[in-house]
Amino acid sequence: MSNEILEEQINSDYKYGFVTDIEADNAPKGLNEDIIRFISKKKNEPEWMLEYRLKAFKYWLTLEEPHWAHVSYPKPNFQDIIYYSAPKPKVQLNSLDEVDPELLKTFEKLGISIEEQKRLSGVESRIAVDIVMDSVSVKTTFKETLSEKGIIFCSFGEAVQEHPELVKKYMGSVVPYTDNFYAALNSAVFTDGSFCYIPKGVRCPMELSTYFRINASGTGQFERTLIIAAEDAYVSYLEGCTAPMRDENQLHAAVVEIVTHKNAEVKYSTVQNWYPGDKNGKGGIFNFVTKRGICLEDNSKISWTQVETGSAVTWKYPSVILKGDNSVGEFYSVAVTNNYQQADTGTKMMHLGKNTRSTIISKGISAGFSNNSYRGLVRISKGATNARNFSQCDSLLMGDKCGAHTFPYIEIKDKSAVVEHEATTSKIGEDQLFYCKSRGIDNEKAIGLIVNGYCKEVLNKLPMEFAVEAQKLLAVSLEGSVG
Amino acid sequence: MLSIKNLHASIDGKEILKGINLEVKAGEIHAIMGPNGSGKSTLSAVLAGREDYEVTEGSVTFNGKDLLELSPEDRAREGVFLAFQYPVEIPGVSNINFLKTAINEIRAYKGLEPMEAKDFLALVKEKQKLVELDGKLASRSVNEGFSGGEKKRNEIFQMAILEPKLAILDETDSGLDIDALRIVAGGVNKLKSKDNATIVITHYQRLLDYIVPDVVHILYNGKIVKSGPKELALELEEKGYDFIKEEVGA
Repeated sequence: MSNEILEEQINSDYKYGFVTDIEADNAPKGLNEDIIRFISKKKNEPEWMLEYRLKAFKYWLTLEEPHWAHVSYPKPNFQDIIYYSAPKPKVQLNSLDEVDPELLKTFEKLGISIEEQKRLSGVESRIAVDIVMDSVSVKTTFKETLSEKGIIFCSFGEAVQEHPELVKKYMGSVVPYTDNFYAALNSAVFTDGSFCYIPKGVRCPMELSTYFRINASGTGQFERTLIIAAEDAYVSYLEGCTAPMRDENQLHAAVVEIVTHKNAEVKYSTVQNWYPGDKNGKGGIFNFVTKRGICLEDNSKISWTQVETGSAVTWKYPSVILKGDNSVGEFYSVAVTNNYQQADTGTKMMHLGKNTRSTIISKGISAGFSNNSYRGLVRISKGATNARNFSQCDSLLMGDKCGAHTFPYIEIKDKSAVVEHEATTSKIGEDQLFYCKSRGIDNEKAIGLIVNGYCKEVLNKLPMEFAVEAQKLLAVSLEGSVG
Repeated sequence: MLSIKNLHASIDGKEILKGINLEVKAGEIHAIMGPNGSGKSTLSAVLAGREDYEVTEGSVTFNGKDLLELSPEDRAREGVFLAFQYPVEIPGVSNINFLKTAINEIRAYKGLEPMEAKDFLALVKEKQKLVELDGKLASRSVNEGFSGGEKKRNEIFQMAILEPKLAILDETDSGLDIDALRIVAGGVNKLKSKDNATIVITHYQRLLDYIVPDVVHILYNGKIVKSGPKELALELEEKGYDFIKEEVGA
């Protein structure tokens, strides 16, 4: 393949790299107790919330940044980050008409419809959206429709005000602030995120979605998401994210917690498309995220599906604690790295209950000079009789300057466990590409076809609207990466 | 339709084709035979546009266009089809999706709208019969887990869908049992018209019992050393390639 095609295509731009010109209300740079008090005050939080933050902060001060991941990057200067940035003016919005038109335009550009009206005109949207720009949630749609069923879907900040008992009970129950460096940091400085509670016996009638956008420069985004499915409840939840192109690295350190009660199911899908940096590896988001769910009671299920194409550095392991008997954990992942991107991603499946089952399907695709690692832990605790795990980790390489790595950890303390692990590494073949071309399909389309075929098992798990988007994104992220 | 003049091609600096001349007209079937290493597969690869080969001399004109100037995908869009000796597997991509992409790319090149899903499915149904291809194969991943015979039938099925002007069958008979051979050849014959042409590249005369050529060429050491009517193939079968070697004084 000629180098020109490669060059030309690698130069193709990050489509979401625009900056919205919206006035923002920022906290001063840096991190100390006063900043945390400032954030808490801005959000008009009760005393217990502030105390939680301060405890987390004190704990964070005792920690060192983790370095075990297979990634390297300049250490972020935590005193050089703005921890709170809100698009101004922040008032309670009652209808879409009150949303800043600039903001609406932003979301139009992103291809997200937040127009509830469409529902009335017959084109029924099946997605309710919560939008988080920089540090605050700007709009949640379909709130009323959902509340008729008793579903709470709102910004995290609102949940603290209106459902403090639920927040108190569940926040930190899956990811305590002592969990790790970035979880502690998030617990201290988190600004907003989504909160979702599906009451007993309710099947959420539409997809719930949060859209995250980092806009202001020099800011970090630290959001928290908490999803609770009560007995016999079901919800499918989507998360999308983009950021403008900036020369400096911006930090994104989120925490997502999921709790499922008896017979409940939560399906969490992510299409992560943070700005990955330019083709020389300059700029891009540091994406250090802690995502974990707990199948608290029997027969419950948590399923993570992720398509990761963005960020300069990703460090993320959506995990499931299988506590209830017969509970099920799933992890389906496609991680794409191109140019100088680095990803260290995978999952942890902790089997505690009897007859618990987990499935891990991971598809890594590396191109350019990137490094892509799968890191996964399957732990079968003593007493988790008849636990089952199946893991499949495939790596696809494009070109000869990238790396694919697999770090599977398996800990088995119960003899009745059955754990299977399969791994493959392959290259996109010149033969496959030529075969497509000889049928009239050009290079880009051919790569798209082949890659989408390779990821099919994972893409099939995504809700329809997302799957189409993800397919396009894969093709775009890999344009011209075969040389 | 196709005019090859003094074509020289090499791979890794080694010359394989050493001056090929060939004229193919619409409605004709040409057979190219030759021993191992004579350049048969190189010729088909060069015509389809495989980038590993470097054309060092000569020209190829296809319907008035300089074929060598075109990218492999544009050659396909202009109506050149190569049935692969070793069809490639593409896991996770269904045959249907693959062909739909191909057909719509070709249509876009010609300035046509994408084919309606309904029309496409009707076309698939119709052409499946031609090569007695199981409906299930059409929805399976491209060539993945196909038997040798199924792969070859799938090539002819693709050819039937894409309706090329010039089809090049590269050792399509290799690895086929007699029933599969009959089906594949039957498909090729049914697709033949006065407007298209076929180049059949083969080792053995056997295939030519089913696909009857208008002209047989013998390729030896990178050159066409002898051309004649279909009887030439029989003579070759009977005498072996040695007689050619003697004739050309090699």
